[in-house]
Amino acid sequence: MFHFSNFVRTEGDPKIVEGGPSLKRPADQLARALGWFSIGLGLVEFLAPRRVTETLGMEGHETMVRAFGVREILAGIMSLSVDKNAGLWARVGGDGLDAAALLSGLTPDNPKKGNIALALLMVGGIAMLDYRAAQDTKPRRPPRDARRKLYPNRSGFPKGIENARTAAKQIAAHPKA
Amino acid sequence: MKALVWHGKEDIRCDTVTDPEIQDPRDAIIKVTSCAICGSDLHLFHNFIPGMMPGDIMGHETMGEVVEVGSGIDGKLKKGDRIVVPFTIICGECDQCKRGNFSVCETTNRKRHLADKVFGHTTAGLFGYTHLTGGYPGGQAEYLRVPYADATHIKVPAGIPDEQLLFLSDIFPTGWQAAVQCDIEPTDTVAIWGCGPVGQMAIRSAILLGANQVIAIDCLPERLSMAEAGGATTINFETESVLERLKELTDGKGPEKCIDCVGMESHVMASLPDTLLDRAKQMVMAESDRPHVLREMIYVCRPGGVISVAGVYSGLSDMLPMGAFMNKGLTMRTGQTHVNRWTDDLLRRIEEGEIDPSFVITHTVPLEQGPEMYQVFRDKRDSCVKVVLRP
Ligand SMILES: NC(=O)c1ccc[n+]([C@@H]2O[C@H](COP(=O)([O-])OP(=O)(O)OC[C@H]3O[C@@H](n4cnc5c(N)ncnc54)[C@H](O)[C@@H]3O)[C@@H](O)[C@H]2O)c1
Ligand SMILES: [Zn+2]
Ligand SMILES: [Zn+2]
Repeated sequence: MFHFSNFVRTEGDPKIVEGGPSLKRPADQLARALGWFSIGLGLVEFLAPRRVTETLGMEGHETMVRAFGVREILAGIMSLSVDKNAGLWARVGGDGLDAAALLSGLTPDNPKKGNIALALLMVGGIAMLDYRAAQDTKPRRPPRDARRKLYPNRSGFPKGIENARTAAKQIAAHPKA
Repeated sequence: MKALVWHGKEDIRCDTVTDPEIQDPRDAIIKVTSCAICGSDLHLFHNFIPGMMPGDIMGHETMGEVVEVGSGIDGKLKKGDRIVVPFTIICGECDQCKRGNFSVCETTNRKRHLADKVFGHTTAGLFGYTHLTGGYPGGQAEYLRVPYADATHIKVPAGIPDEQLLFLSDIFPTGWQAAVQCDIEPTDTVAIWGCGPVGQMAIRSAILLGANQVIAIDCLPERLSMAEAGGATTINFETESVLERLKELTDGKGPEKCIDCVGMESHVMASLPDTLLDRAKQMVMAESDRPHVLREMIYVCRPGGVISVAGVYSGLSDMLPMGAFMNKGLTMRTGQTHVNRWTDDLLRRIEEGEIDPSFVITHTVPLEQGPEMYQVFRDKRDSCVKVVLRP
C-alpha cells in the first residue's frame, strides 16, 4: 500500500506497511467539510460584500454581510478544531441569522427575488447538514451526574497511608539517619 | 510489527509498520511488554503541540526485554535484560547529563536545529513526542529502538510485575520531581492542581516527602476519590471556589507550595472567563496554551512560596500576573522530568513496598485497542485514570 508519510521518514525508522482503521466517523468528515465551506463562504462575504448584496438585490447591507463573513470564518475555524461540536452549533445558529436576513430582503419590489429564494433553499439544505453533524459529533464526555466508579481504596501505599506519613516525619526529624 | 501511529488531529491508528533496526552502535532494541498512554499524548492527539507528522509512532512510557544490542553498548546492557525506558533519551556524557539535568541533554535531539530555533537551545530527544524533540519513534508498539541505550535505560529486577515498574518511565518520577522541586518542609501545605496520573503521583510524593497537608484540585469525582485515598484533602473546582477553599484550609495564608499537574489544556468553563478567552485565542493561533492554573497558583500561593510546574506548556501564554508573581517573591520551577536522576531511589521504594504505583491503572487492554483508549482517556469515560497497553 502507498503511504505518503513514508517518504519523509528518517532513514531507518519504521515505515507503514499496512494502515489500520481510522476511528474518524462520517460525521467528523462532514464537520470538516462544513468547516472549510464556512471559511470559504466567510471569505467571500468579507472580501466581496458588494457582489453578494448585488446578487441578492440587497444593496446597502454590505456591513452586515461583512459581519456575517467574520461570523462564518470563526464558526468554520471552530468546526475544524477539537471543539467542532460548538462550531457546528454556532453554524446552526448562524444559518438562522442568514435565513432571517434573506427573508427581510424578500420584498415584492426586489428584482432579485428569485436569487433570494434560491439562497434560502441553499441555507435550508446546509442548515440540515449542520444540524445533522452537530447531533452526531456530540462530545462523549459523561454528563456531570453520570454514575462513576470511585477509587476510595487505591492509596498506593501498601503499608498504609499512616505508615507513609510517619516514615516521612521520622526522616524529617533525623535527616541524615 | 503493530504500532500506534499518529495520522492527524484525533486520528491515531494501529498500523502495521516495519520493525525497528539497530542504526547506531549505541542502540538497543527491546520487545515491549507494557506501555501506557500519558496526558502528554493527549496534547499530541489534539495536535496542540506543533511538530507531529503523519506516520509518527506514539508513546513514551514503555518497558520490555532487550532483544538486540549494538556493538557499542559495552556490556552495560545485554540480551534478555529487563528494562524500563525513560521518556528522555540521554547520552550520559554531556555537561547537562553530568549535572543530572537529563531532560536537557545536549546530545540526543537529532533535530536540534528545530529546537534551537524554537526554544533558543535544544533539549533532550524524547520518544514519540514531535520532531522538535527529535521525532524519535515511540514505544506504543511491539518493538522499540532505544538510542543511546547504554545510558537510556533503567534496569529492573525480575519478580516485580510490569504494572509496578512501568511508571518509572515517566509519571512516577514526574510527580516526584514536581514535589522535590517544592523543597517541602514539615509544616507545608502543598496544593496540587490536576488529579490525572501525574497529579496522583505528585500527591503520593508530597506525602512521602513529609508535607503537613496535601490539597488536590480537579473536577472528576473518580479522580478526586483516588486523590483522597492517597491522603489528600480535595477541592472540586466545578462545584466549589478554589480560592475560598484554599483560604479556609490554610487559615487565610495560602498554600506554601503549589504544583501544576494540568498543563496547557486547562478545563474550559463559562464560570472561568479567562479559559474561554484562552480557548478562543488558541483557535485563531493567537496563544498556544491555556494557563488558567498558572494564574490561579500565582494568585493563591503564599508569599515567598514555590510554584512547581509539571504540566506541559508548548509555546506562548498570555496574561500571567507577573506583578503578583514578582511582588510576592515567588519561585517557579519547571521542566520535563530528569527521569534517571530519581529512578534508583524510586525503584528502591517500590522494592521495599513503600509505594506501589500500579494503584493508578484503571484500564489494561491489548495494543490494538489503543486508538479507542485514546478517546476513552480523553473523554474521561468509564472512570478512566490510566491506560496500560499490552502489545
Ligand atoms: N513534566 C513532565 O515531564 C511531564 C511528564 C508527564 C506528563 N506531563 C504533563 O502533566 C500534565 C498532566 O498529565 P496527566 O497524565 O495527569 O493528564 P490528564 O489529562 O489525565 O490530567 C489532567 C487533569 O487536570 C484536570 N484539570 C483540568 N483543568 C483543571 C483546573 N483548572 N484545575 C484543576 N484541575 C484541572 C483534569 O480534569 C484532569 O484530571 C499534562 O500536561 C502532561 O503533558 C509532564
Ligand atoms: Zn508522559
Ligand atoms: Zn547528555
